[in-house]
Amino acid sequence: MTTYLEFIQQNEERDGVRFSWNLWPSSRLEATRMVVPLACLLTPLKERPDLPPVQYEPVVCSRPTCKAVLNPLCQVDYQAKLWACNFCFQRNQFPPAYAGISEVNQPAELMAQFSTIEYVVQRGPQLPLIFLYVVDTCLEDDDLQALQESLQMSLSLLPPETLVGLITFGRMVQVHELSCEGISKSYVFRGTKDLTAKQIQDMLGLSKPAMPTQQTRPVQPQEQAFVSSRFLQPIHKIDMTFTDLLGELQRDPWPVTQGKRPLRSTGVALSIAVGLLEVTFPNTGARIMLFTGGPPTQGPGMVVGDELKVPIRSWHDIEKDNARFMKKAMKHYEMLANRTAANGHCIDIYACALDQTGLLEMKCCTNLTGGHMVMGDSFNTSLFKQTFQRIFSKDFNGDFRMAFGATLEVKTSRELKVAGAIGPCVSLNAKGSCVSENEIGVGGTSQWKICSLDPTSTLGIYFEVINQPSAPIPQGSRGAIQFVTQYQHSSTQKRIRVTTIARNWADVQSQLQLIEAAFDQEAAAVLMARLGVFRAESEEGPDVLRWLDRQLIRLCQKFGQYNKEDPTSFRLSDAFSLYPQFMFHLRRSPFLQVFNNSPDESSYYRHHFARQDLTQSLIMIQPILYSYSFHGPPEPVLLDSSSILADRILLMDTFFQIVIYLGETIAQWQKAGYQDMPEYENFKHLLQAPLDDAQEILQARFPMPRYVHTEHGGSQARFLLSKVNPSQTHNNLYPWGQETGAPILTDDVSLQVFMDHLKKLAVSSAC
Amino acid sequence: MSQQGYVATPPYSQSQPGIGLSPPHYGHYGDASHAASLPGMMKPVGNLGAAAPGVMVPPGPPLPGPHQLGPNAAHASGPSPQRFPGPPPVVSAAPTYAQYQPSTQSTYASPVSTSSVTHLGSQLSQLQVNSYGSGMAPPGQGPPCPPLAASFQGPPRPPQPPQPSILQPGSQVLPPPPTTLNGPSASPLSPPVHRQDGLPGPPPLSAQYQPPPPPGPVMGAGYPPQQQAANYGPQMAGAQLSYPGGFPGDAEQMAGPLPPQKKSDLDCIPSPIEVIENDRAIREGQVYATNTRGQVPPLVTTDCVIQDQGNASPRYIRCTTYCFPCTSDMAKQAQIPLAAVIKPFATIPSNETPLYLVNHGESGPVRCNRCKAYMCPFMQFIEGGRRYQCGFCNCVNDVPPFYFQHLDHIGRRLDHYEKPELSLGSYEFVATLDYCRKNKPPNPPAFIFMIDVSYSNIKNGLVKLICEELKTVLEKLPKEEQEETSAIRVGFITYNKVLHFFNVKSNLAQPQMMVVTDVAEVFVPLLDGFLVNYQESQSVIHNLLDQIPEMFADSNENETVFVPIIQAGMEALKAAECPGKLYIFHSSLPTAEAPGKLKNRDDKKLVNTDKEKILFQPQTNIYDSLAKDCVAHGCSVTVFLFPSQYVDVASLGLVPQLTGGTLYKYNHFQMHLDSQQFLSDLRNDIEKKIGFDAIMRVRTSTGFRATDFFGGVCMNNTTDVEMAAIDCDKAVTVEFKHDDRLSEDSGALIQCAVLYTTVGGQRRLRIHNLGLSCSSQLADLYKSCETDALINFFAKSAFKAVLHQPLKVIREILVNQTAHMLACYRKYCVTSTIARQLILPDSMKVLPLYMNCLLKNCVLLSRPEISIDERAYQRQLVMTMGVADSQLFFYPQLLPVHTLDVKSAALPAAVRCSESRLSEEGIFLLTNGLNTFLWLGVGSPPEAIQGIFNVPSFAHVNTDMTLLPEVGNPYSQQLRMIMNVIQEKWPYSMKLTIVKQREQPEMVFRQFLVEDKGLYGGSSYMDFLRCVHKEISQLLN
Repeated sequence: MTTYLEFIQQNEERDGVRFSWNLWPSSRLEATRMVVPLACLLTPLKERPDLPPVQYEPVVCSRPTCKAVLNPLCQVDYQAKLWACNFCFQRNQFPPAYAGISEVNQPAELMAQFSTIEYVVQRGPQLPLIFLYVVDTCLEDDDLQALQESLQMSLSLLPPETLVGLITFGRMVQVHELSCEGISKSYVFRGTKDLTAKQIQDMLGLSKPAMPTQQTRPVQPQEQAFVSSRFLQPIHKIDMTFTDLLGELQRDPWPVTQGKRPLRSTGVALSIAVGLLEVTFPNTGARIMLFTGGPPTQGPGMVVGDELKVPIRSWHDIEKDNARFMKKAMKHYEMLANRTAANGHCIDIYACALDQTGLLEMKCCTNLTGGHMVMGDSFNTSLFKQTFQRIFSKDFNGDFRMAFGATLEVKTSRELKVAGAIGPCVSLNAKGSCVSENEIGVGGTSQWKICSLDPTSTLGIYFEVINQPSAPIPQGSRGAIQFVTQYQHSSTQKRIRVTTIARNWADVQSQLQLIEAAFDQEAAAVLMARLGVFRAESEEGPDVLRWLDRQLIRLCQKFGQYNKEDPTSFRLSDAFSLYPQFMFHLRRSPFLQVFNNSPDESSYYRHHFARQDLTQSLIMIQPILYSYSFHGPPEPVLLDSSSILADRILLMDTFFQIVIYLGETIAQWQKAGYQDMPEYENFKHLLQAPLDDAQEILQARFPMPRYVHTEHGGSQARFLLSKVNPSQTHNNLYPWGQETGAPILTDDVSLQVFMDHLKKLAVSSAC
Repeated sequence: MSQQGYVATPPYSQSQPGIGLSPPHYGHYGDASHAASLPGMMKPVGNLGAAAPGVMVPPGPPLPGPHQLGPNAAHASGPSPQRFPGPPPVVSAAPTYAQYQPSTQSTYASPVSTSSVTHLGSQLSQLQVNSYGSGMAPPGQGPPCPPLAASFQGPPRPPQPPQPSILQPGSQVLPPPPTTLNGPSASPLSPPVHRQDGLPGPPPLSAQYQPPPPPGPVMGAGYPPQQQAANYGPQMAGAQLSYPGGFPGDAEQMAGPLPPQKKSDLDCIPSPIEVIENDRAIREGQVYATNTRGQVPPLVTTDCVIQDQGNASPRYIRCTTYCFPCTSDMAKQAQIPLAAVIKPFATIPSNETPLYLVNHGESGPVRCNRCKAYMCPFMQFIEGGRRYQCGFCNCVNDVPPFYFQHLDHIGRRLDHYEKPELSLGSYEFVATLDYCRKNKPPNPPAFIFMIDVSYSNIKNGLVKLICEELKTVLEKLPKEEQEETSAIRVGFITYNKVLHFFNVKSNLAQPQMMVVTDVAEVFVPLLDGFLVNYQESQSVIHNLLDQIPEMFADSNENETVFVPIIQAGMEALKAAECPGKLYIFHSSLPTAEAPGKLKNRDDKKLVNTDKEKILFQPQTNIYDSLAKDCVAHGCSVTVFLFPSQYVDVASLGLVPQLTGGTLYKYNHFQMHLDSQQFLSDLRNDIEKKIGFDAIMRVRTSTGFRATDFFGGVCMNNTTDVEMAAIDCDKAVTVEFKHDDRLSEDSGALIQCAVLYTTVGGQRRLRIHNLGLSCSSQLADLYKSCETDALINFFAKSAFKAVLHQPLKVIREILVNQTAHMLACYRKYCVTSTIARQLILPDSMKVLPLYMNCLLKNCVLLSRPEISIDERAYQRQLVMTMGVADSQLFFYPQLLPVHTLDVKSAALPAAVRCSESRLSEEGIFLLTNGLNTFLWLGVGSPPEAIQGIFNVPSFAHVNTDMTLLPEVGNPYSQQLRMIMNVIQEKWPYSMKLTIVKQREQPEMVFRQFLVEDKGLYGGSSYMDFLRCVHKEISQLLN
């Protein structure tokens, strides 16, 4: 543990946790003066191939209000077989099974390297996974065909006992019954009528407890608990039927006249899907996968009318309060999302269309339930196909990289309280002693429900130090936080992962240097960005930017070294040096800037930003730029217009896009066909290198990025030009007079200007 | 014959004046009105002629005789029975004549004169004159046998009953021979019969009637010219006879006759059998040309060949009267409804010419600019053919250039006979796009089959039966004549409390089922593949029909919906933009939570109260609005109901009724007994001729207009009759009222135009034109009446009123109007010395009887014993009936089959619907268009039983069968053949019930003996007649 960098990295690898501060200010007042809140990015299910789950249940503190899990930080009296809870200090007897415990014979959860440990709970019914496909049939034939293939492919990836169901929609909504033979049967609903859950259940004949059609099959006792629904059947039983059913899917037959959008009843279809699962399989892992090729155009949740001459709402419309259907639609989907979350199910949205599809309105369905949101141009693209396939990817154990119905509980030691969380979760409204009154993100609770998780799902969790200066914390003592994540593993096991971490307290007055050194500027940037994006969902864009700027200035004032009123004297320590730059790019990012993005795109970007882990989030904030040339091996270069050179190939990764950009000269060479000449094989290799690297990124990322291959002057070069720092623009190019980089035609401020201004403000005593 | 006599005589007297005999009559009558009436007599002449030789005489005599007899009969009937208990009918009649001659004579004075047979007439008149001051009855009989005459003379004194009775037959018989004209051939036969029969009783009826028939044919030969020249149908003349049978005005006489009546001598009151047989005798098998305006067509019961010569065939339009009064005052005076019963798609027998189709190309049919009437024979071309004057509104129109044609010397277009619209009463136009919805050519119609798959239907095998049958029936979907396959598309829905739609698209390996559970707001879940061409999707459809019974085999759903399925069907047709027909197979009260949900309201307590009408109305308004919606979208609904208990037919039947569909009802359906009836109904209904999405407009010439429409119609304004569909069995009754004065010259013209879509998806216009004459003489009006059409009108208007008025009021109105009509006749058209005599116009001879049958119908009879469903069913049934249907429905046909002549293909002669006509040794077949009964007397001959049932004796006959066993003997074959012949004429398949005399089921059978006192109330014919007479007497006073 030599440097904080290593410490941070180790902690992240072991516990999936990164804190903004790794030394904690010991009093409330000081903590608030630190500007960046005490917070962490938690990846609850971070993949730990080296951590086999233990096959027993955790030992918990017997105090009903605490129930913290036994962990390495606990004091243990091996003689008396007692342990003291490090959160509430309750002394607990070990259970009988721990009779043989001793210093040399410790259970895993007491070993320091098991600060994160996973338990397998053997109790309770093990329910199969459930996948309910909700498929839009108002698609072009190619699209529908491609989608059918993808869906059929997905069947082959699912374990045979998985329950599947199918709902298709267009003008009407069809719920397909899967248990009948000889004739395919479906229940049809009008797409315009909002139905209550009760109505849906009555209409589907689900309200009666015992269905006459229920099959009696030899099953384990725990499986009798659920009503075998006619609409959800295990794959192994209906494999052929289901494949045929998918194969026979027809385009919505209702005629669409010229100048009209097809009538698409997404709102009702989702509502029915939610209602169906709600009554048949509450509180078990289930995915509703919505595949849609356009905006909902009728019924509850409609986003736009069917007149093509009326375009779908833009940010401009929204600002002008001109989006007729938006509020109502959002209310509808929010209601659905909350119900889904309450049932422990999740909703994925796969929206593939050239125009908007109403993701803005539907975003809470995914955001509140932890579902995926995928946006593409067409189902007939590799982007969709591979992304969809990746959902079913398996981990080192051969299990799906997905978990269901998780609850995350946060326990803190007394000096701390939890203020809230930002991520794909909903509050469970669990009040308790460790819940802060100040809410940051989704607060007011110490427990959250995360209906769907994957190994990269990451939450930002914000804390508040409540210790008063009057009650100083003893030197060298540590604050502790325990994260308890209970979830349904994709193997249908119930598991509990417990992560307990501790950090030292430090007195700001005396130990500011130490605290500064323990600052994790990357985590801080992401955590602040999450806050900003969270605010942007409900506030006007400019307000959020102003807030972010003020925070940055305050941080610089607090931790910068400068002379008053002397911008040139301003210096930041290494631990803070990158932070302003992150903020600069964040300000320009699509998460906060809606210009040039549709509301759907903004929602899409924000969705992913609020769930990815730190590394990915940083890429989103500040894209990575690699340069390939004959001058040496590929190197990361500044995300700056000055990096755009004629004899370079650039590879930019913005998380959502992978852009390969051939410099002017390179592009000319390529056109001239040098790469095909044996004597210029090295050029061929040069061209190939970024492609290979891009492929590597493409393989690993979910969702699959948009892959752009362009060159100097190409129309798609805009993807690159819009991201780089406009250090050279048409305004300042000529004075510089040298041929480095490419000028960007923009009035945006460059990083240089931004920094200058920042320095000026930071040193100013005015603010 | 005696009856005829009764009836016939008066008319003759009136109408015949034109004929030689008239003078004397005039003398008698003295009144100008009588003179006027004489022309009418012409018809009677015809009859007489028909009766011809043999008959001729009888008529002659009858005329006088009848008149006398008529009155006598009534009176005499009383006395006669006493004296002639055994043979009451015949005998009684005779005696009555004798007795009442005096009174009748006066009335008959005119008749005599009228007697068409001039020769006879003259003779008679002379005789009469000579012999009697009045010369009335005596003359008729007189000529033949003086003794009779004497006896008649005697009759004036009531006391001599026996003689008269004898005399009558004698008189009738005798006259023939004497009549020089026709007499010889016919007379010989008839006389003996008369005599013989006369005494026996039942036979007498036939005997009496028989005489006329033979003459009929003869007449045809000999008299036609005369008849035509003089007046129209001979029958009419006969019919026109006032009802001489009138009850004597004198209290004494009344007293006298009444008691005898009680003893029920039917023979002395007008017999429908006789009327029918008379008409048949004259017209059966003949060609009836429609070339004359105001011509009264043969009765519906008479088979003849109709030749369209400028007026629509009576198969299409029948009027209550063929002569309209010139003024509304006259119409009010007579109170005879002016109405036409229009059956625009009536089936035409194969030996008549089908309608010509006229195609004027893009310009469409030629129409009057002002009133929009279509080109027809009533248009008068003028100015060398350049213009034409509309016969309806008199507007002068230019002839469109493409339509121009020169006129010949009599002002007729040269192409008169080449163009159906110029020379025919009925024809069709091809409609242009202007006549189509949204100006787009219509799509061919679709049939949607909707099967109730609730528990009971599955359990009793009905669903399986339907599915099996559909496979066969679908092969026979109606198609255009020239097409090879039907253009009709089919769709399938099953339902209980939810709806299951089926996708049977031809490219599917197996059908797809789509369940719609949102019955509160039903919709069609699929577009493509729901309505398909049967041929293309045959395998998928068969697959489906095979699966349906099994699919729901485990269903235990008992609740059903009704309105939502109709809505679904309508929506489906709407979505497919085509008209069509829904076939709904339903069995229970729709109690599931859905629009149109019904509760059981079979409340016997309401019967016979002012609230009874509620029972005939639908429970909620939704049925009415749904029916309107259906009509608006060309969706016809036919329902097959299989109720095992109360199902609220009043509600369920409304939509079928108003959308031109049919409601079939099979109470307590049992697979082994009723499936045959159901299946043949289904087959017939699917195969029958039908037009869709129809709008009918009835245009009239100036002076009157159509004011009211009865039937399966929907009207959004006062003139356009909208019908989702109209088939060959549906009739619309239209009532007319005066606007202004009608002129005798131009007459009253009616043009009925029906715009519709054919089964092949063509838009067409069907035009029926009918010209009626007009007269300022009431007698003409009475002369031209058609009792069957009148009853049709009365039944429909009464059954319509049932919804709004207490039944008691309706019954009173009917009786009053009957009395009024007859009183008016009595007052203005008949000179009678005896004021209180009941005299019926010949054309309305059986009106009181039929009216009584109508009054006794269970709809108008407030009796809790009869299920309200059955009453509602019959009410709705009658609303769409044509004249022939209503005639049989109200007066069933009773055939003695034990006398079946195995060698003859002819039906046995019907007998009157009265218990007195049954005999223990007899077997009778009774049909009313809905039911068939085979009644077995306890003494039925074992050979007959053996022949029919193949069992040794009466006791062995198992009545639990609805089909006669196929026994290989001629008797059985003959009987079954007869039943088939009868069945073929009626739209509903009739369920056969075997009834043994003196067994419980006989009660049902007896309800149909409509001349007797009703089982559940309703007076006997005789009682009613007396009642009517009393009313008339009061009116006259």
